[in-house]
Amino acid sequence: MSVEELYREVILDHYRKPRHSGEVADADVTVEGVNPSCGDELFLSLRYEGDTVADAAITGSGCSISQASASMMTDAIIGKTVAEVDELLGVFKKMMTITEGDAGLDPDRPGAVLGDIEALQGVSKFPVRIKCADLAWTALEDALSQR
Amino acid sequence: MIESCKADFPILDTKMNGHPLVYLDSAATTQKPVQVLDAMDDFYRTANANVHRGAYAIAADATDRFEAARAKIATFVNAGSPNEVVFQRGTTSAINTIAYGWGLYRLKEGDSIVLTGMEHHANIVPWQLICKFTGAQLRYLPMADDFTVDTSDIESTIDETTKIVGCSAMSNVLGTIGPVAEVVEAAKAFGAIVVADGAQSVPHMPTDVQELGVDFLAFGAHKMLGPTGVGALWGRPDRLEEMEPAEGGGEMIRDVKLYESRWASVPHKFEAGTPAIAEAIGFGAAVDYLSDLGMEAVRDHEIELTRYALDRLKEIPELKVYGPDDTAKRGGAVSFTLSDIHPHDMATILDELGIAVRAGHHCAKPLMETIGVPATARASFYVYNTAADVDSLVNGLHKAREVFGVS
Repeated sequence: MSVEELYREVILDHYRKPRHSGEVADADVTVEGVNPSCGDELFLSLRYEGDTVADAAITGSGCSISQASASMMTDAIIGKTVAEVDELLGVFKKMMTITEGDAGLDPDRPGAVLGDIEALQGVSKFPVRIKCADLAWTALEDALSQR
Repeated sequence: MIESCKADFPILDTKMNGHPLVYLDSAATTQKPVQVLDAMDDFYRTANANVHRGAYAIAADATDRFEAARAKIATFVNAGSPNEVVFQRGTTSAINTIAYGWGLYRLKEGDSIVLTGMEHHANIVPWQLICKFTGAQLRYLPMADDFTVDTSDIESTIDETTKIVGCSAMSNVLGTIGPVAEVVEAAKAFGAIVVADGAQSVPHMPTDVQELGVDFLAFGAHKMLGPTGVGALWGRPDRLEEMEPAEGGGEMIRDVKLYESRWASVPHKFEAGTPAIAEAIGFGAAVDYLSDLGMEAVRDHEIELTRYALDRLKEIPELKVYGPDDTAKRGGAVSFTLSDIHPHDMATILDELGIAVRAGHHCAKPLMETIGVPATARASFYVYNTAADVDSLVNGLHKAREVFGVS
């Protein structure tokens, strides 16, 4: 895979124009995500309405992969129920570690159900960068576990 | 410039991602010449035994090779005697040895430790730990806008409360040569000791510990063509005598009783346990290699290459270098950012072209905060690098601009 395929238009777009940047007013939970080895860090804040993620926002700094992944993630989870978000999290993780015939996912297009986020699938071909894509999602997992 | 010595470094003949390897990360760790690899290999094949205890021929051979390496390192930094050189695991462990063997016993509440604003975490965190134990406080000499240490207030920062001053002799981020002479002068006035972090300076310029005037100098083998896992702590003889061992165990004792022990003489009292024998021997071979090149020649080579790199990087729009432009004030670690391309993304694009650079905070987060960026990309040079490597870097950076659509 070439770097051009890694840095797809949609990734650079989310990097340069993060969709839900900032802090959620009246957040129910705020968690920190850090990659100490590279210095990338972010704060994810969420507000729930009943079982639904009503709002989500991210602040922080990092590379295009970590920032784009965070932006896409906020876009994807707002308006979804916690159960749906949990499922999305599972699909994302599988996409990053896909092995042939992995349960429930099309090995050719494991990220098909993820929309924009599928563009991050290329990251799995660059092992040292997977932790960048994972950063926001690990923070999300942390936030959900505090519920 | 040094005639190309690339042929001595087997790894430089390999490919990375299908391209000839262009290694520009020597500030992180250097590549090893075949002379170093052979010295270690030969030790394991022909003389492997523990040192300072065997009563047989190969044990004596092992001890001779190990102690010969110590003597080579002593000569390399112009120490008064091989006994002034303590083998450590690296720069980090050498600084911790001083912190726990000297600082812990001598500092108390009301005392201060002064550091410069461009220290590596290895010369910050051990002192924070000592402050936690003793109640001493940290102070910093700030950075000036030209990426050098601002010493204008040095006389009020270092005062009668100051017991230790830590100073990087060369920054691993900016390349800046540290103000060691000024620090020594200010510290001496109050009887404070000076700990110089030589991790970047000793590999890249001539070092004379007697001229430096510091009390301790820490440096590691792997940043100067030697193996990982070994480094050296040079100490002034009286300081080494008064310092307590930070680690206890075998090898470092004169006598052990059930409730008390006496230490071996310097330097062995600081070398608890079986040392990294093959690595120390490799360290000695690395010092031989550098001595053969001549450290003046090494420094000249890097000045020339750094000048060329700084000038070529100026050709790239929106590229910003963090560090002095004057090569007399700096070494060959060149940190930069390029438009809004994050350094990790730059490093990935360069990696695909076979070019190895470091991206991130370089284990100097307080300094990164001062210069106002969370990360930089860093290209760093050594004896095996050439102008062609710089050209590859510049071409790679143009490719990064293309991928990111930076006009």
